[in-house]
Amino acid sequence: MEDIYKELTQIVGAAYVSNQPEERFIYSRDPGTMEPREPDYVVLPATTDEVQKIVLLANRKKVPLVPMGGGLVLSGLSRALKGGIVLDLKRMNRILEVNERSRYALVEAGTSQGMLQAYLKKNYPTLKHSVPDSPPMATIGGNVLIHGSGHLSHAAGFHSEMLNGLEVVLPTGEVVKIGSCSTSPYWFGRAPLPDLAGLFLGWFGTTGVVTKLAIKLYPNRPYQDVGVFVTEDPELVPEVFYQATGVQVAEDITAWMTPKPDWAKGFQHININYAADTPEELIWKRNLIRASLKRLIGQKVGGFLPLPPPMKKNFLEAPQTTLAQFADVRKGGGFEYVGGIMPIDLFPRAYRAGIEIAARQGTTYSTGARIIGLAHCMMFFFAYPFNRADESDVDRARRALEETNRAVLNMGGIPWKAEAPAQKQIIGRMDPHTLGLITRVRSMLDPQGIMNPGNWEVR
Amino acid sequence: MEGIKFSREVCEACKTYDCLTRCQYLKMDLQTAREERKRLLRGEKSRVLEECVTCYACEEYCPYGNHPFYNLVDQQEKLGVWPVPQPITKQQVLMMAPRGKITPKKVQSPVVNMCYFPMLTGSIRGKLFEGASTIVGSDIFCNVMWLHFGKNSVIRERLPEVIANIWEHYLKDSGVKELICFHDECYGTYTHLAPAFGIPVPFKPIHIFDYLNKRLDELKDQIKPLGQKVAYQRSCSNRLVPETQPWVDEIFRKIGAERMERKYDRENALCCGAVFRAQQQDDLADDVQKRNLDDMAAAGAKFCVFSCPACLFTLGESVLKRGIMPILMNDLCQIALGEGMKGG
Amino acid sequence: MEFADILHRCFRCGYCKFPNNYQDFNCPSYSKFRFETYSPGGRMWLLRAWLNGEMKTSPRLAEILFSCATCGNCVEHCVFPKFKDDILHAFLAAREEMVNRGTVPPAVRDYLKALQIHGNPYKLPASERGNWEHGLNLESYSGQEYLFHAGCVGSLDERGMKMARSVAGLLKGLGVSFGVLGADENCDGNEARSLGEKGVFQSLVEQNIREFQKRDVKKVMTLSPHAYHAFKNDYPKDSHPFEVFHYTQVLAMQAKKLSALPAHSPLRVTYHDPCYLGRHNKEYQAPRKVLKSISGLQLMEMGRVKENAFCCGGGGGNFFTDLLGSGPESPARARVREAVDTGASVLAVACPNCAKMLEDAVKAENLEGKIAVKEISEIIQEKA
Repeated sequence: MEDIYKELTQIVGAAYVSNQPEERFIYSRDPGTMEPREPDYVVLPATTDEVQKIVLLANRKKVPLVPMGGGLVLSGLSRALKGGIVLDLKRMNRILEVNERSRYALVEAGTSQGMLQAYLKKNYPTLKHSVPDSPPMATIGGNVLIHGSGHLSHAAGFHSEMLNGLEVVLPTGEVVKIGSCSTSPYWFGRAPLPDLAGLFLGWFGTTGVVTKLAIKLYPNRPYQDVGVFVTEDPELVPEVFYQATGVQVAEDITAWMTPKPDWAKGFQHININYAADTPEELIWKRNLIRASLKRLIGQKVGGFLPLPPPMKKNFLEAPQTTLAQFADVRKGGGFEYVGGIMPIDLFPRAYRAGIEIAARQGTTYSTGARIIGLAHCMMFFFAYPFNRADESDVDRARRALEETNRAVLNMGGIPWKAEAPAQKQIIGRMDPHTLGLITRVRSMLDPQGIMNPGNWEVR
Repeated sequence: MEGIKFSREVCEACKTYDCLTRCQYLKMDLQTAREERKRLLRGEKSRVLEECVTCYACEEYCPYGNHPFYNLVDQQEKLGVWPVPQPITKQQVLMMAPRGKITPKKVQSPVVNMCYFPMLTGSIRGKLFEGASTIVGSDIFCNVMWLHFGKNSVIRERLPEVIANIWEHYLKDSGVKELICFHDECYGTYTHLAPAFGIPVPFKPIHIFDYLNKRLDELKDQIKPLGQKVAYQRSCSNRLVPETQPWVDEIFRKIGAERMERKYDRENALCCGAVFRAQQQDDLADDVQKRNLDDMAAAGAKFCVFSCPACLFTLGESVLKRGIMPILMNDLCQIALGEGMKGG
Repeated sequence: MEFADILHRCFRCGYCKFPNNYQDFNCPSYSKFRFETYSPGGRMWLLRAWLNGEMKTSPRLAEILFSCATCGNCVEHCVFPKFKDDILHAFLAAREEMVNRGTVPPAVRDYLKALQIHGNPYKLPASERGNWEHGLNLESYSGQEYLFHAGCVGSLDERGMKMARSVAGLLKGLGVSFGVLGADENCDGNEARSLGEKGVFQSLVEQNIREFQKRDVKKVMTLSPHAYHAFKNDYPKDSHPFEVFHYTQVLAMQAKKLSALPAHSPLRVTYHDPCYLGRHNKEYQAPRKVLKSISGLQLMEMGRVKENAFCCGGGGGNFFTDLLGSGPESPARARVREAVDTGASVLAVACPNCAKMLEDAVKAENLEGKIAVKEISEIIQEKA
């Protein structure tokens, strides 16, 4: 292994390679419940060239390679399940280009959500990207590649749908451009070429190391507001989603349900965020949204909370800092969630399942949903906090997560960014031809099987 | 206890129906008012029940003190005519429930009742409130807000215990009989609503304006007149206690503030609009707030003085955007005494 | 170990690495080293593992722990209100533990040894402490309004001495009543405390309190924000109460006199908030008031200011131990690049550590001629 270490130091410099117990400890785990898996090395490349050299080295030496962004996926996808090299890409965080007219940004994969957000605010204040609710340390690359979602997902879909192009280092070392950038100096989209981006979206780094991404940007309108619709009948919620999305003026629609504080238990809150260029337009959009729900409002079975402006501030934040605070509910610095991607009609079933599972496992919970597109689907999340200093508490959360993954699959949803055990469950239900194709693609791209092994294992 | 002190006979004998003809929102002529009043007396559904915005003004307008609004709320609840969507009401009832966390504590006069506004206890400071004790918490929340939700039953259920909490846990053993009410709602609850609902109150409520007037007299040598034009935002609950309005004038006179004459003040005051939003009437809230703010600005006010925290939270930002400084009455008095605002 | 009970509560969310607008990394050690281990969250998890026996003491662990500049950005920006205030306390407690076990980095050991033996980190005789004031004709302290405390850096470091002379000279010129202790001055002990050497710190506290008592000192004015922080927050006031000021606060009281000084030719200045004056003690206004009182001076703020300021890397003992090192990713170099971006020609400082760290960074970045690091009183007196 010494020769690998030496070669890595020659590629990135000694300051950016570690095989020390400290780095191996921290990089073996993420803040979720998955058991630690230690890498042999942690490497911090700064350029695509360095990444390429590392990939070639890993190939030669048949050493597993695990690309990592923010490490905040919580389902342990950047753990080195079979040892090897963890590639922390966060030194590759340059914002390379913003094309204002075509509204896209080209960034290195390790660029943090926060830094892109700040950069756009300062330099292109009329533009913004879709910010996920993960902490600002999460990377653009990491989030797009796992089909993340965020504050513009009602307007524009999954973050993977907002992708214009990629630069990827294949497992065999070639550097490939995906999208219009392969043929044009512009990164305006994936059409009209054969769309190869799908070879890297949702694969958890098993098909290559993405080093650059171009993502769509959207108007950053100066006036913002949020309406919080509340009801106590989960059967009504799909109707709320359907109607509110139908007017196509909101930017983000998210539901949240929590048993604590006591006054929130049993109620479903739906945040509808919208923005406008003028105060008049803001009121017009508000009225459109309200009108779409007038039947339910007229029946007095639901309505918008009368929030004075100071109380709306948390709901208008992107990312919402209060969401991370859920990790301290058990005074223990931990939470993990199952994000079930499913049709909106499954909301009542998912909602009840969350409550039942938490009760059965004796854990507290929080649930919610983010609407993708025009209610084309939703990401329904079941979050369980735990005290990481209490192994029985961690176990409880783990069991709740396992049961939730099964429940999501049973009802026709699919766990998002599924941890390794859940991946096996997904594979167990997958069409065999689809599985066959996944296997063939992986074999073709990664003949040595070095890329994040242990994930999407179909052999 | 079930009934309120409402007399059918007084209502039947009324010739003017001020409660309805003077309503700023229903805008009824005498004939229509008569018909709707009769419907209400027959216990039938009337458009009044559906369209009432719960601004409390008719409690002030009724020349006989016959509690037309409290009666209306009873009717709403009885007939299931809800001014606010049910889930919102239910959630508010849970949110504002007593937590049962009250512990006895010794207090000394003056005792200021902050109701359930712990975020404002910091404003009880300085010369005006030297030596004051404050009491605050969910277990002493006055509960008058349920009038906006058609829920007199919640008032009946919770108010007696609230009064007992205040008396038994704070005042009785401390030998204090007077309670200064920071908020119009609390004063209105203990002097107006509780008697109307037949709920006894063993302590003597003092309105914050009354208290401020007396203190300003005691500190008059330290007052530096403000020389400012102010608008006063009259809260809905002040409609229950219109006798406090002359105290407002007196305070302003003492601190050298000119209460600008404007359209939407005194008996013609406009609600802050928070409740309209709960009723899902955003357009009405926008309209009322705009008229109110336009009126303040046209009057040339430099300050907008609030005595209600809810009005302050609702209108404060909008008022500030108009270049008018939102401020609580006691904070304005503190400026006149050279004490400045907290943190400023 | 004290504060061990908060270590497991860290979610490693990373908010601690950023300022409030997320514009760049704001944790000096993470910004420099870029391994997760060097971030506040990484430290929290490693310390827990260390205390649990999952991680052995090692030079790398010691380096990770002692490379923290104690700037407080993590305390300011952690989103967990129930324990964020104790994050730095936990790191200092761990440092104490390492000091007790004798497992500190060599540079830390050398610093503490020098301080213990010589009373200063420069291994210079105590008699040299008063050299900085030669020629200024400053009064020895004998009951004036303020005792002016120059500190180790202000007394014995070349750049620090230049700053001490400038500040004392200006205060004298403004008629502020103060005296100095000269060679009788002791180290305030802030770095000893922040490096976990409780014993040495305690001894310095006792020495200083005795000196203040003997001379009936009522107000101490410090050159360094580090000393300001220690005197204000960590020195007991029960046996001998005294007030503590940073010199910029005293200058701010003289703002009217400063505005009456002859006008400068237009000067674009940006101000670097020192962590121990700013973030730790929330004093952002006094230095700005002083700068704004200088006619002709245009104050241009960097993106990261006040509670979001990016540390120069000179805190937590690093000014002496240099564990953060140099190199283009060093915090000081990143900070001067940020200063240049404002278009200012002067980077104003109010701390002798910052002055030296940032001046060296300007040289390393080849920015001489583009921006100059000047302490506030130096700016005032240059043109006056």
